[in-house]
Amino acid sequence: MADVLVSIRNLDVHYYTRMGVVKALDKVSLDIERGQLIGLVGESGCGKSTLGFAILRLIPPPGRIVGGSILFDAEELLDKDGAYMRQIRGKRISMVFQDPMTSLNPLQKIGDHLVETITTHESVSKQEAWKRAEELVDRLGISPSRLSDYPHQFSGGMRQRIMISLALALDSDLIIADEPTTSLDVIVEAQILDLLKELKAAYNMTLMLITHNMGIVAELVDRVAVMYAAKIVEVADALDLFANPVHPYTQGLLKSIPNIKLLDQEFEIMKGSPPDLIDPPTGCRFHPRCLHAMDICSEVDPPLKHVENGTMVACHLY
Amino acid sequence: MAGNLVEVHAVKKWYPVQTGFVENLLTRKRDYIHAVDGIDFDVKEGEVFGLAGESGSGKTTTGRLILSLAKPTEGRILFEGVDIASVKPGEMRNLRQRMQMIFQDPTASLNPRMKTGDGIGHSLEIHGLAKGEEKKQRVISMMERVGLTPASVLYEKYVHQLSGGQRQRVVIARALIMRPSLIIADEPIAMADVSVRVLLLDLMMELKDEFDLTYVFITHDLATAKYVCNRIAIMYLGKIVELGTLRQVYTNPSHPYTQALLAAVPVPDPKARRTYPIPKGEIPDPIAPPPGCRFHPRCPQATDVCSVEEPELVAIEEGHLVACHL
Repeated sequence: MADVLVSIRNLDVHYYTRMGVVKALDKVSLDIERGQLIGLVGESGCGKSTLGFAILRLIPPPGRIVGGSILFDAEELLDKDGAYMRQIRGKRISMVFQDPMTSLNPLQKIGDHLVETITTHESVSKQEAWKRAEELVDRLGISPSRLSDYPHQFSGGMRQRIMISLALALDSDLIIADEPTTSLDVIVEAQILDLLKELKAAYNMTLMLITHNMGIVAELVDRVAVMYAAKIVEVADALDLFANPVHPYTQGLLKSIPNIKLLDQEFEIMKGSPPDLIDPPTGCRFHPRCLHAMDICSEVDPPLKHVENGTMVACHLY
Repeated sequence: MAGNLVEVHAVKKWYPVQTGFVENLLTRKRDYIHAVDGIDFDVKEGEVFGLAGESGSGKTTTGRLILSLAKPTEGRILFEGVDIASVKPGEMRNLRQRMQMIFQDPTASLNPRMKTGDGIGHSLEIHGLAKGEEKKQRVISMMERVGLTPASVLYEKYVHQLSGGQRQRVVIARALIMRPSLIIADEPIAMADVSVRVLLLDLMMELKDEFDLTYVFITHDLATAKYVCNRIAIMYLGKIVELGTLRQVYTNPSHPYTQALLAAVPVPDPKARRTYPIPKGEIPDPIAPPPGCRFHPRCPQATDVCSVEEPELVAIEEGHLVACHL
């Protein structure tokens, strides 16, 4: 029996805008096992970041979680009050954002930032926290002497290492990383991916990696959830997903990404673009773009169901 | 044999570093950012020439220099055989019709208060080429050509009412309506979603044949460059480290930096393994670039000579140039 850390069921998140209600997440269900590196992929606007924020209960207004359940370590997060959630955030679930410059306080030395994070959640002295901070950044390839520097004195890759050290500082059960390498150059990106791989083995961390880049998914994660238009359309082990994608959207997505190893690669083009989430298509949301669409696809929304090898798919073909 | 549309000869662009007033009084020393530091290349008529590298490598500055949006500190740039520095300001406008730019962020490069059609046709009016009904007809036929359909409906829309892919098509239409011979595309698809990227690239390649265009394609994404470029130059810290046909550079990368760059691109295949070590550290400070070969502090194969002598860009085979002591 797998050890499930997070269990999300039928989660609905709506944004109430002047133009209408945007259904950013629509009946999303997902399990994350302890020690798993799960990738959440999809194009912009598909709801992948919203799902990350929803787990932390950080959906900004005019958005609201309107239904469903998020069980974290068998506790229902949606019932908790603000004070309780503040204890969870940073301590038990932490987040690494895309742009480290906007998530670090420019007026605070990074050592103080780390110490504040540690002392807020644990009753340790400042000296002790500083010592822990030194060990931590050293582990991530930053010289401990640089703890007295300010964020602007670091390069982009170093800043992202600091963000990761903040997430690791309290030994969180779950780390949510939202496009952690998107603002970095490709060589630095490869360095950070290597670091995450190494840390995963060393800390047995559970990581939810939100990304649009299938290459990163292939390098790093154990399991992948593919999102399209506010829904999860396929969940599978990474090896299976790349070898044998089941949902027509996943198939199209994989065929439209360039692979540097293949010099004469042929692409298949998905026609159309993702739908408007105020008024999404009826039935399966992918049916207007799907090559295999049948009559039922425009009428009935397919549920996520098990096929083989632990793969789950929401498609009427199966 | 196609001629050279653009020739870049020993071009440098240094930007002075802003210093404080007191510091200016106390010291005569001026620091410069060596954005582009001595590059030579030709762009042949009808080709897609790629400029690739990480941020800070000078690729965008190079594009701006070709368009004369920035003046080179040293060196010459010829466009259709004419030194663009010698062109008088009044004639520059005529020259600009022949070279257009496509920027990365379409939302930022379009006027939010202009209707799509008026935005596309604006340059026709500025250059006195067409106005009124004639302008509208030309805009609409161009919109149809780039896939902005139904054109008569989209003509009346504002930028915020269009999708990201449509916005980039507007930018392409606006560039093409001047019937340029050269288009500098600076990361034209970096903001688009994967499923839209291939469509835009395909469109750009179709239009290239139809309008006899030459592209300078600036990108950090080697996987995309592979899809469109005929020849490619890899830049590092203001220098070209390797230049060749796409096949030469990708199948036989000869500079350690090119090798690292190609190896670092994540491959969408979980079974693929990296074959080349990833260099440590990050791109150094362009104010005081390392002596000798600029890549040597990060190079896994660096030898003693690399920190002393700057390697020249030399041919290792026909058309394949590398700047490395190895």
